[in-house]
Amino acid sequence: MTALRPPKARALSRAAAPSVARSPIRSASRLLRGLVLLPLFGLLAGCNLVVMQPSGDIAMQQRNLVLASTGLMLLIIVPVIALTLLFAWRYRASNTEARHDPDWDHSTGLEVVIWTAPLMIIIALGALTWISTHTLDPFRPLSRIEPGKPVAADVKPLEVQVVALDWKWLFFIPEYNIATVNELAAPVNRPISFKITASSVMNAFYIPALAGMIYAMPGMETKLHAVINRAGEFDGLSSHYSGTGFSRMTFKFHGLDGDGFDQWVAKVKQQGSELTRDAYLELERPSERVPVTYYGSFTDGLFGSIVNMCAVPGKMCMREMMTIDAKGGAGKDSRENAARLQYDNRHTERGDEAPGATTPASHRAPKSETPDADKTHEGSGQGHTAPDQTNN
Amino acid sequence: MFSNPDLQKLLFGRLTLEDIPFHEPILQVTFAGVVVAGIAVLATITYFRFWGPLWRDWLTSVDHKKIGIMYVVLALVMLLRGFADALLMRSQQAIAFGANEGYLPPHHYDQIFTAHGVIMIFFVAMPFVTGLMNYVVPLQIGARDVAFPFLNNFSFWMTVSGAVTVMISLFIGEFARTGWLAYPPLSGADMSPGVGVDYYIWGLQIAGIGTTLSGINLIATIVKMRAPGLSMMKMPIFTWTSLCTNVLIVAAFPILAAVLALLTLDRYVGTHFFTNDLGGNPMMYFNLIWIWGHPEVYILILPAFGIFSEVTSTFSGKRLFGYTSMVYATVVITILSYLVWLHHFFTMGSGANVNSFFGLTTMIISIPTGAKIFNWLFTMYRGRIRFDVPMLWTVSFMVTFTIGGMTGVLLAVPPADFVLHNSLFLIAHFHNVIIGGVLFGMFAGVNYWFPKAFGFKLDEFWGKVSFWFWTIGFYVAFMPLYVLGLMGVTRRVQHFEDTSLQPWFVVAAIGAGLIALGIGAMIVQFAVSIKNREALRDVTGDPWGGRTLEWSTSSPPPDYNFAFTPVVRGLDAWWEMKARGFQRPMAGYKPIHMPRNTATGVILGVISIAFSFAMIWYIWWLAALAFAATLAVSIIHTFNYNRDFYIPADTVARTEAQRTEALAAVRA
Repeated sequence: MTALRPPKARALSRAAAPSVARSPIRSASRLLRGLVLLPLFGLLAGCNLVVMQPSGDIAMQQRNLVLASTGLMLLIIVPVIALTLLFAWRYRASNTEARHDPDWDHSTGLEVVIWTAPLMIIIALGALTWISTHTLDPFRPLSRIEPGKPVAADVKPLEVQVVALDWKWLFFIPEYNIATVNELAAPVNRPISFKITASSVMNAFYIPALAGMIYAMPGMETKLHAVINRAGEFDGLSSHYSGTGFSRMTFKFHGLDGDGFDQWVAKVKQQGSELTRDAYLELERPSERVPVTYYGSFTDGLFGSIVNMCAVPGKMCMREMMTIDAKGGAGKDSRENAARLQYDNRHTERGDEAPGATTPASHRAPKSETPDADKTHEGSGQGHTAPDQTNN
Repeated sequence: MFSNPDLQKLLFGRLTLEDIPFHEPILQVTFAGVVVAGIAVLATITYFRFWGPLWRDWLTSVDHKKIGIMYVVLALVMLLRGFADALLMRSQQAIAFGANEGYLPPHHYDQIFTAHGVIMIFFVAMPFVTGLMNYVVPLQIGARDVAFPFLNNFSFWMTVSGAVTVMISLFIGEFARTGWLAYPPLSGADMSPGVGVDYYIWGLQIAGIGTTLSGINLIATIVKMRAPGLSMMKMPIFTWTSLCTNVLIVAAFPILAAVLALLTLDRYVGTHFFTNDLGGNPMMYFNLIWIWGHPEVYILILPAFGIFSEVTSTFSGKRLFGYTSMVYATVVITILSYLVWLHHFFTMGSGANVNSFFGLTTMIISIPTGAKIFNWLFTMYRGRIRFDVPMLWTVSFMVTFTIGGMTGVLLAVPPADFVLHNSLFLIAHFHNVIIGGVLFGMFAGVNYWFPKAFGFKLDEFWGKVSFWFWTIGFYVAFMPLYVLGLMGVTRRVQHFEDTSLQPWFVVAAIGAGLIALGIGAMIVQFAVSIKNREALRDVTGDPWGGRTLEWSTSSPPPDYNFAFTPVVRGLDAWWEMKARGFQRPMAGYKPIHMPRNTATGVILGVISIAFSFAMIWYIWWLAALAFAATLAVSIIHTFNYNRDFYIPADTVARTEAQRTEALAAVRA
């Protein structure tokens, strides 16, 4: 019994599929196309490759890291792919001139090379990773605005508090005592310090042109430090699935020059009403495609109570509970606190459809678009409409 | 239906007629299709009087070969469902721009991407892997069956029950709208009331029991049932990767069971493990599910690596280069796969030290993986490569997987992950490795071992057609997603405002269409091969010039696999036996001790479906009854002493004599 099939069968199979011998060439050309495409990504300037052409220094450093890592890896990826195709072609069965060495299965030298070569790349990449992960840690305050331009000692970052609601973004800018929904602006070249949380389910806060994403989580506060270096209008979005309205949970982020930011603040101040606790609780209800909304002022401490899950009057803040726990707990009295600490049941209590509700709880016809009569996609439902200070 | 709501609730839980979506056009068509196809299948079985053989020889079989084949059939059937979901998603995303809402509202679209992920991982990739391991491993180690044949049958039926449970959600109620890992708080009782997540939980929990038990079974088989002389360092690489995969299964799936059980408690009895309030912490779920989830990735890819090793060496007509380093690479990957889970959520805000630790461990995995690629490369070097279909898949894998590996390491750099995580770049990456790695491996395996299982080869022309459509379709479908990811486009989006993205999605949809043709060609390949089976017949049992023991027996192998347990002297046992001029022993047969078929697995499977359905719909009486029935059936089964028999020596002699005759006819 030989390893090769009888010649007749081979001829037959070739007649049936002429690609036998030529297949490596074809896959070579396909592969080359794929390989050429990778570096070409940077050249596809026609489409908006925002991750490759960001406008903020942090995102730019992340972009550079993507390119550097890819370059490092191509050092080994390209030879591997080239050798695969070369060997597949050269040692094809029909090429009887190629050397055949059926028992050659070991070479210490080669083994050393094939373990060392990837190891070297990974050591280089690992060093790059360790350093960049620390310098680009989103929790770390910025040390520079642009390459060679350190943050001046007297510059205070613009603090922006972000709340991911079902399904819109709420921004507080405490320095100016303003709040906005689905729109944010920041002055060019001033560090921004984001504090991020969510009201009911997880989301991720992501402005690709500005900086990488970070999760927005209920009862948690994450941080992100970034700066925008160029004026312009940029897209912001949620990049972590959060339920029905997720796809439209987008906003515009404006990088504004010179007076532009002050004018924007003045506009918000002038056109907006106050975001009271009640207005917040109404806003917090699930709604989609919420238009841009301005608030000229907001109730003090609202963001803190959102993070502590006690925006609803009468609820106990986590902070308080944690203080009690730190002192050894409240013993039997804890029982009374339990109801005040309930938080996740807000949707059910208010009769809103929860973000991931399926039948029978959703009261929708299964899989259908048609919601209940009192639930519409504009605004949340049950008589709730978007606040009237809408500006657009 | 009932005038007394209490009675209805008692009898049917929260199930009402309104939960059956008979007013949905898409589902009406699907349902009609399923009914027509179902009737056609049932009619065919009845017409050919196949019910008896089907029940006796297949459904109740404890033969690892038949169970392996049934696993693969399950995987192929579920592939059609999972791929239908993929087509729906691709077409929705290709049209839903600006004013056009597409045809799938979020409520439906969100179920589809969840179902697609769940089905492809749990009910396509897993059964594929388990099925091939089941079929091949005992043959490769010269065993008569797995260590626990009944357990094997039971494991299979639990997997089927899980799949059926998930499929029921299509026609009764709805599936989860949470994404394939059902992250809380979104999947918690308050945010996801309804049956969707419950279908998810019970479907996976039941299938998970099957997977875990089959893992235990295969470990015991490989450790205890190897032929004499087959020491660990002489085992075929596929057996090695299977061993490592099953170690991973046994160590990882209980974590999945535990985390799902905790989520179940949250949803059913109001505990607070993963809620936002009262001390719960959803971040814990992320950690737990990925401590299962990352090893799961290697559970899928390791057997594929094993298949590629076998195929490369066989079709290059050459010993595998660097066997020892291949084994160590596999073991290192197995261990490291437990130390990388956090890279799935760098963006959750862990400190820089934690993130870099997990980034580095992830990169370190690429070293043994890279070594494996080199080993295949140098196996081809100075070989005589025959480009039969399994080898085509292998070469395509080596190129495709290398690209996917590169983007994977890129995602392991935390700051790079911050801009690429959850984007379509990520989607492109993991399809790049799961299609280009796992699926290509399974297709190579099916084409490679099909003649062993059925005694005839698969049609080569249609196999190649399928191969080219799949390969080209893959690149056309997923390269645009890499680009879209770099454009800041995120996953799971049902509608886009920015119409400039549309061309990329249209191209991706065309790619999905090409893959559909690839699947179509594969079905044609099966049909044509069955039709031309006489022309494609292989009597030798060794159509490819094989190197490992499974090729030493007939195709299909007899029930007892080997008349005499083979004695192994080195690597590539069968290759060596052939080189030494091995002669089949023709006399001295003894009766062979075999396990007897049993219906217990099927019965337990059906009861499990009833149990999960009852739990999902709060039909408590049925749940209690089904649970009691499970216990009762299991206990009764322990009293079944009629569980083995002997194949008489003259039957063995007759079977072997037939083979001798057939072989002689070929040689002549």
